[in-house]
Amino acid sequence: MAESILGKLGFGRASGVDKAGWGRTLGVAIVAFIYFLPVLFIIFTAFKPQGDALLVPPTLSPTSLFGLIPDHFVFKPTLENFGSVFSRSMTPDGAPEATGFDRYFFNSIFIASASVLLALVIGTLAAFGFSRYPLKGNDTYLFIILTTRMLPAIVVIIPVILMFRVVGLSGSYLGIIMLYTAFNLAFTIWMMKSFFDELSPDVEDAARIDGSSGMRVFFKICLPQVIAGLAATFVFGLILTWNEFLFALLLSGPDTRTVPVAMNQAVSSGGRGTDWTLLAAIETLFLVPVFLVTFFLQNHLLRGVTFGTVKR
Amino acid sequence: MSTIELRKVTKRFGSFTAVKDVDLSVAAGEVVCLLGPSGCGKTTTLRVIAGLESVTDGEVVIAGKVMNNLPPEKRDIAMVFQFYALYPSASVGENIAFPLYHDGISRAERTARVNRVAAILHLEHVLDRLPNQISEGEKQRAAMARAIVRDPNCFLFDEPLSRLDVELRQSMRGQIKEVLQGLSKATVIVTHDQLEALTMADRIAIMKDGLIEQVGSPHEVFAKPANAFVASFIGTPQMNLLEADLKTFADGTAEMAVAGINLAIRTDAAVGRLQPGRVTIGVRPRAFTATDTGDRGTISARAELIEPMGAETLIHARTAAGADIRVVVTRSQRVKVGEALNLRPDPRQTHVFDGAGKAVRS
Repeated sequence: MAESILGKLGFGRASGVDKAGWGRTLGVAIVAFIYFLPVLFIIFTAFKPQGDALLVPPTLSPTSLFGLIPDHFVFKPTLENFGSVFSRSMTPDGAPEATGFDRYFFNSIFIASASVLLALVIGTLAAFGFSRYPLKGNDTYLFIILTTRMLPAIVVIIPVILMFRVVGLSGSYLGIIMLYTAFNLAFTIWMMKSFFDELSPDVEDAARIDGSSGMRVFFKICLPQVIAGLAATFVFGLILTWNEFLFALLLSGPDTRTVPVAMNQAVSSGGRGTDWTLLAAIETLFLVPVFLVTFFLQNHLLRGVTFGTVKR
Repeated sequence: MSTIELRKVTKRFGSFTAVKDVDLSVAAGEVVCLLGPSGCGKTTTLRVIAGLESVTDGEVVIAGKVMNNLPPEKRDIAMVFQFYALYPSASVGENIAFPLYHDGISRAERTARVNRVAAILHLEHVLDRLPNQISEGEKQRAAMARAIVRDPNCFLFDEPLSRLDVELRQSMRGQIKEVLQGLSKATVIVTHDQLEALTMADRIAIMKDGLIEQVGSPHEVFAKPANAFVASFIGTPQMNLLEADLKTFADGTAEMAVAGINLAIRTDAAVGRLQPGRVTIGVRPRAFTATDTGDRGTISARAELIEPMGAETLIHARTAAGADIRVVVTRSQRVKVGEALNLRPDPRQTHVFDGAGKAVRS
């Protein structure tokens, strides 16, 4: 029984290399825990009663773990913060009002997935072109594509705002999706090009000799070989876009606001100081979609990242 | 008709000429091997036939049609790649079926054909596996099956056996030959392994630096090499090529100095047309007889190294002037290191190459 649970967690998994002993595993577990600690703290805070957030010393656990943890470190978990995310009273004595966060979550999901998918489609096609049909000065173009990513967003924001104002895209879904797509494209093209470069050209030659047109070679032969790469690129792009704040702050309108922007406004408005448990609840909810996507794609993700080293 | 014809085909990559003025015709049912050292242009020639490389000059004619400007998918050929080039994300069965999707063949017919070639090549038990789950030999056979599953104009093989171990290579050689014999298609096989070429080909084209040096049956290229390169390339152990100084020729006998030794040897009558001067004589290691006493027809040398090869023994001998000669004698002939040998070349197997390396033959 215990073994099957450990097995499911990956402890008993057979692999080509020698398994590390318990000592090393423990070492890695400690480092992983340290990595996870800030996230864990946020998640716990989201379940704390409002007054608990700023207690010194802080409460650390929702359970006493059968008496292991002293009582003054234990908080009583509550779901009220999650309710406040979507509906709460905005004035000291006012009735609860809708906060619009359902809308902002929809915006975040819609904008991030639309732009990442769009970038994935366009970028994969472009990457295949750059890899298989190099232009004169191919590397120069690839370099230029990446320049948008070489500067901090704050530097390019002014020309971008001007461009958006001229064409009237400020505050629209189309505008922000186009912007994110353009930003993700740079990353997608570079990632996918390296995956296509790794493929054996013989296989494509064979497919052509077997009667396939260029399109069919791409869809039937090349694409299935880079699924891991597509998954990895999708997840990385999604994480970058999901968390983007500055462009969203300056280029989205009231209807197209994304969660990071709304989060900022929710905690800094009202003049009552920051409501930390509310912020933690928003953050926890915000973590869920990207956490799920990454979790379900993680097998592909690992294969994608280690592509060049294990493939041949 | 399934034929291949190359007419003065030249392929240049920038300023580098990979293939130069190659003329070659392969009849229906004929197997031609392109044989040569690495970088001689044999694979490029094959890729030009396949349409994977465009020709710079000349014509590629397949099944009577000039195909210079047709892409590979329109040429209706089948090719087996050196590294098999199986589609990694498709099962072995799907790999074999892949070429059939373009010919509008019904599903039932497709399955039937895949099963038929799978049976011929003993692949029935791996049809559902992925290419990376089968052995090298099975990969080779799967690539072969994918090639013969339809009815193409011709077959091309690029180093088909180079990745297999020695034992598997021998059995596959036989299998490929057997399969090809039943198909009566023009077939071109590229190889750097002369044994592969000698055993599988009806004719061998030997290439060097982008040029075809000689085309002929395995017997011809072995017995009558057109030049010193072919002579040294074909046959193991390698033919002895000895620098010689031709002095006179009379009554079918040439007088020459070989490695400082004066030798009178019967040669081809055409040698009489040569001016006295530098020539190369070629004698295969098995064309020497070791005699007890030396005379004007023998070369004296000392055994330096002895390599038993089973049925025969290879002796590396050296003349007083320092020329190395390889001699193969039967196992029963005991020779010790340091022993003096008198080697008599067999006149019928002694080749004379002129100053430019061309065989002198009537």
